[in-house]
Amino acid sequence: MIELLAVKKAFNQGRSNEYWALNGIDLRIEAGRVTALRGPSGSGKTTLLTLIGCLARPTSGRVRLKGEDISGLPERFLTEIRRQTFGFIFQQFNLIKGLSALENVILPALPTGRPRRELVARAEALLAQLQLSHRAAARVEWLSGGEQQRVAIARALINDPEVIVADEPTANLDTVLSGEFMVILESLSAAGKTVLLSSHDPLVVESPVVHRVIAMRDGRLVDL
Amino acid sequence: MRIWLEKQLHLIDFTLASLARRKSKNIGLLAVYALLVFALASVGLFANALRSEASFVLASSPEVILQRLVAGRHDLIPPGYLEKIGRIRGVQKQEGRLWGYYYDAVVKANYTFMARPAEEIAPGSIAIGATLARLRGLAPGNVISFRAYGGKLFTFRIASLLSPDAELLSADLVLLAEADFRAFFDYPAGHYTDIALSVANPQEVRNIAGKLSQALPDSRPILREEVLRTYQSMFDWREGIMLTILAGAIFAFIILAWEKAAGLSAEERKEIGILKAIGWETGDVIRMKLWEGLLVSLAAFLIGFIAAYIHVFYCGASLLEPVLKGWSVLYPRFTLIPAVDGMQVASLAFFTIFPYCAAVLVPIWRAAITDPDSVMRA
Repeated sequence: MIELLAVKKAFNQGRSNEYWALNGIDLRIEAGRVTALRGPSGSGKTTLLTLIGCLARPTSGRVRLKGEDISGLPERFLTEIRRQTFGFIFQQFNLIKGLSALENVILPALPTGRPRRELVARAEALLAQLQLSHRAAARVEWLSGGEQQRVAIARALINDPEVIVADEPTANLDTVLSGEFMVILESLSAAGKTVLLSSHDPLVVESPVVHRVIAMRDGRLVDL
Repeated sequence: MRIWLEKQLHLIDFTLASLARRKSKNIGLLAVYALLVFALASVGLFANALRSEASFVLASSPEVILQRLVAGRHDLIPPGYLEKIGRIRGVQKQEGRLWGYYYDAVVKANYTFMARPAEEIAPGSIAIGATLARLRGLAPGNVISFRAYGGKLFTFRIASLLSPDAELLSADLVLLAEADFRAFFDYPAGHYTDIALSVANPQEVRNIAGKLSQALPDSRPILREEVLRTYQSMFDWREGIMLTILAGAIFAFIILAWEKAAGLSAEERKEIGILKAIGWETGDVIRMKLWEGLLVSLAAFLIGFIAAYIHVFYCGASLLEPVLKGWSVLYPRFTLIPAVDGMQVASLAFFTIFPYCAAVLVPIWRAAITDPDSVMRA
């Protein structure tokens, strides 16, 4: 489903502090499977996720989504693909404070222009699915870490994307909550979603829910 | 179209929710903004209404007033002038007027005394302006004494109060019989203060003024349109003074608005990054912030303007009265006819709404074009 060919990514290119986060990545990610990127901090996991999730463009190389080269597309088209195809779960959850859980969930769908009633119904269904209906009207800063993450998951699913991208999803969770997250992950996989996540948490990468683990170090893929 | 509309509604919803999140900050800004619009709109509405009031009142005044000058100063009209004017074609009616000023030390105010024919005011009686009556606590039937410049005391009975409709002009007016006027000011018989002329054809006013200057070289014809223009200039000048005083407040607000609009907080920047990461386009973010600017400035404009309207037309513009009406002691009390100049409203709306929206746009543009992956790297 997603294919990367000789992908490189540099930050501050041409300056004294030039840094190559990715140094030639060739990778295929299969649809409907849970793939984990594993590696120490600075190995390039997050950068790779941003390129796959259309949050950034590679400095060189190609990224293909369902056979289409998306690495050189203008921002507007990348945004459209990002909105339709990818749902993001960030390490810090990145919810917008002051808004309710429900309002946070519908945020990615606002630019689509779908009727509000439809968006609210979908958001309520997702929150119910994640056992969070009773907290729908609560401001996100009043929620516990686990609840915040479930709101972030519901938000990632509001546009019914094919791919879920999760960056270090258990980094801010205790063991019990991490276990709960893995259960949700399993259900997403069972629902046919392609899941791509980065983690160095053994609870995640060694879980039977994860179909494939890709190891990274210094911006390259390494053999396990 | 429906999707576009729905999208704009979503953006407005989100904007309102965002504004509500920073309630105290935004209410503070809105209050200052609305106060500024209130001050500017009050000055504009009041000056405009005064101009309209003056035009309305002066509409029934004589077309030409003739004064005599001696050494460039206003002097009395000697006998024989009225007859000379009667021979000029186009003059429908001419009337010698008697008026003068009187300083009342009791209330430290100047009154305007004006003589009227005996059929209008009986000798020994006077009719006074409503403001003067209020100030001296007078009512019809009361008696009041004035000491003439010659030292002699004159006592008059209040016959009536002048119509409050023309209080702008009649605030300080005292009407009395011609014989009383001449006796009070020791005015020589046959002399007048000036002459009021009615002209049959309004197109001919300037020609007649020219003929008057030729026939009576020591006189000065004053046209009604000139009086009106003088009033307009006077109100323009006072409005200008008020706006100059307000300029400081305007600049202070510009600094505040720029600070607020331009200085995006770290939290706001992070939120923009989140919105972009979850699928908002740069354009969506800019549109959302433009809605924010528009809603804040429009709300401030409406609140400020409506408050100014109520202040000027229902509360008598009590905050501006001393400066714009311009009477030192005798403030006329009159209800202004609501007169709103569309162009004035449009200009005020443009100069209050547009700069704020523009101030919002520049920093947002810079923040909105940042890469969405900054959220992942943060």
